[in-house]
Amino acid sequence: MNKGGLLALSLAVATVLLIVIGCVWPVEAARPFIIQKTVFTSSSTPEEAVQKLGQEIQAHDWQKAYDTFANKAQFTEQEFELDLTGYTTNLRSYSTLDHFSVWPLHASEDEADVRLELDWATVVGNAVDSRDLQVVRNGNQWNVNWPYTKQPTVPPQVIPVNYLRWDVIYRGSGDDWGAQDVDAPSVRIVDMHPVQRADGVLVMGELINDDVVPAYVSVSATLQRKDKSAIATEGSFDEISHVLLPKQVTPFLIRFPDAQLSDVDSINMKPFAILVPASADPVIEIDNQKFNPAPNASLTGQLVNQSGQVVNVAHVVGTLYDKTGQLVWVADQYVDSALLPQTPVAFNVPIPEDIAKNVSSERTVVSTFSFGGAL
Amino acid sequence: MKPTLTFLLLGLVLAVMQAARAQDETLNVPKSIEAGRAFSIQNPGSGEAILYIVGPGQVLKRTVQLGTSTSFPAGSVCNAGHYVVILAQASGTTAQSFDVTPANAPASLSFFAKPSRLPVGLHDGITGAVYVFDVYHNLIAAPTPVSFELSSPSGAVQRQLVSTHGGAAWTEMDSTSQQGSSKFVARAGDVSSARIISQVPGDPCDLKISAQPSGKELDLQTAPVRDCSGNAVPDGTIVTFTETYPGGQSTVDVPLKRDIAEVKMPPHDGATFTVASGVVLGNQIRWGK
Repeated sequence: MNKGGLLALSLAVATVLLIVIGCVWPVEAARPFIIQKTVFTSSSTPEEAVQKLGQEIQAHDWQKAYDTFANKAQFTEQEFELDLTGYTTNLRSYSTLDHFSVWPLHASEDEADVRLELDWATVVGNAVDSRDLQVVRNGNQWNVNWPYTKQPTVPPQVIPVNYLRWDVIYRGSGDDWGAQDVDAPSVRIVDMHPVQRADGVLVMGELINDDVVPAYVSVSATLQRKDKSAIATEGSFDEISHVLLPKQVTPFLIRFPDAQLSDVDSINMKPFAILVPASADPVIEIDNQKFNPAPNASLTGQLVNQSGQVVNVAHVVGTLYDKTGQLVWVADQYVDSALLPQTPVAFNVPIPEDIAKNVSSERTVVSTFSFGGAL
Repeated sequence: MKPTLTFLLLGLVLAVMQAARAQDETLNVPKSIEAGRAFSIQNPGSGEAILYIVGPGQVLKRTVQLGTSTSFPAGSVCNAGHYVVILAQASGTTAQSFDVTPANAPASLSFFAKPSRLPVGLHDGITGAVYVFDVYHNLIAAPTPVSFELSSPSGAVQRQLVSTHGGAAWTEMDSTSQQGSSKFVARAGDVSSARIISQVPGDPCDLKISAQPSGKELDLQTAPVRDCSGNAVPDGTIVTFTETYPGGQSTVDVPLKRDIAEVKMPPHDGATFTVASGVVLGNQIRWGK
């Protein structure tokens, strides 16, 4: 064999070898693009049965998963799929199952309880869905009783909506240079508080729309040394409620990874606001809002959509204060199911344990997005 | 190369100036004319020549008979500024200059009124600036009287008479205590320009809620929300209702509708209801035990 042939052969062998390695031990980022093959084929223990189910959900093999359920007579395969991905378009509709974990909770001869934690990768980060599954013995096999959640139905009705809507007409491009235009909304930072955390400096605060028109807002901050030189500039990104109606207040959180508060002499805050069309509808009630202290400190509650319009994505931003009213933490969470009219949906925002012991009161705001509608 | 070119150009300019000086008495050009006015230039000598008029953004070229007068009709020279007249003939070049000044009568105004929207009762909160132009859009640099007039929704009028400096006049005015759209007019001569200034209510004042049982729920409603001058706070303004009870809290952000905000909340025994709008707190109500 000549040198060229040898090179071609080694390249072909190396390519095949790399493909095999890539398929057997894929990197995390490539995992969703690989056709998943179920590794666990037997269900001889409760954990194996749940592991197998997790793999089938990950591979979107709904039929195989559905066929193994002990209680499949109670719902259809399509209802099972929609139970996981959502009946109405929401964050989960466009997500993939990144990974899952299985914990045995309790076991007897013929029955076991196993927790399946599903970590969905959504466009705004991971969404965790935890299900406690009952697994029952069926001969040599174990089968899962899927805890099917029935889709809540909203009775047919007409809900009149007559909340205000703001539209904006800006000056035209052909107008004289002196022609009047509409001014940007007036917004104001009413509270600002930097803290040092293990992963860097956090700047949190609250911003109010002082105007009588809606505003799209964001906040940026620049950490400065004693000589006024900039250490870093960061924005609030999505840790803020971006659309503020008149007199509405939002918390914000700006992260400076790897920065040290001891290096900071001053912070230059820049609120930004533009006038946007907006609607006062939908109105979301935050019900049973509660701060749960450590362990597993969290801010929980239920969102109730008081309007007739379906909210596809809801973003909860919570502000926590100590007993003197000082802001101590800002936390947020996207709710991964749609808000149907008058139907409560629970939220659970985790709070760091060391912060939780200082929390005395809380305030929560919700921003919403409806597909095909305005903000 | 550069110094050579500079000397060459300098020489040319000096030659033209020298020739112009020699011909000063004969080329009869007006010292200044008003923009758009007709004028004429007396050309000395005999024979044929070409007359150039070079000015800001404009060049005129005429073939003229020397010894006669060349007339330029109204509207020939419109842009204010310094113009150079060059008479080119076989024997040499003659140059002269004149100024075109803006017409005295204002024909248009550029009126900047800021802001387009502001709270009521703000001292010097409204600013207006005006640039005065003639019919050919030349800035009229000569002092020109400009009147500013702000008509409030109640009919009261604030007036100020200001003279322009270098073509511009400006003023500051107070927003009134009554909400609504005010007309802000600037006037110079026969021309005027109007802007609309929206005067909006300030923060809510004396925010009050009342509670009424409504079936299994409690109907909470604000009294008509007004600012400290008595103006109705605009619809859409967010009012936050908070119910605090043993072991929990419920919050709703409700927009004002027809001056009031209304919401239904579950009544918990021993609950406290509070109301706020922005940084303004209202009264609180205790429910049950």
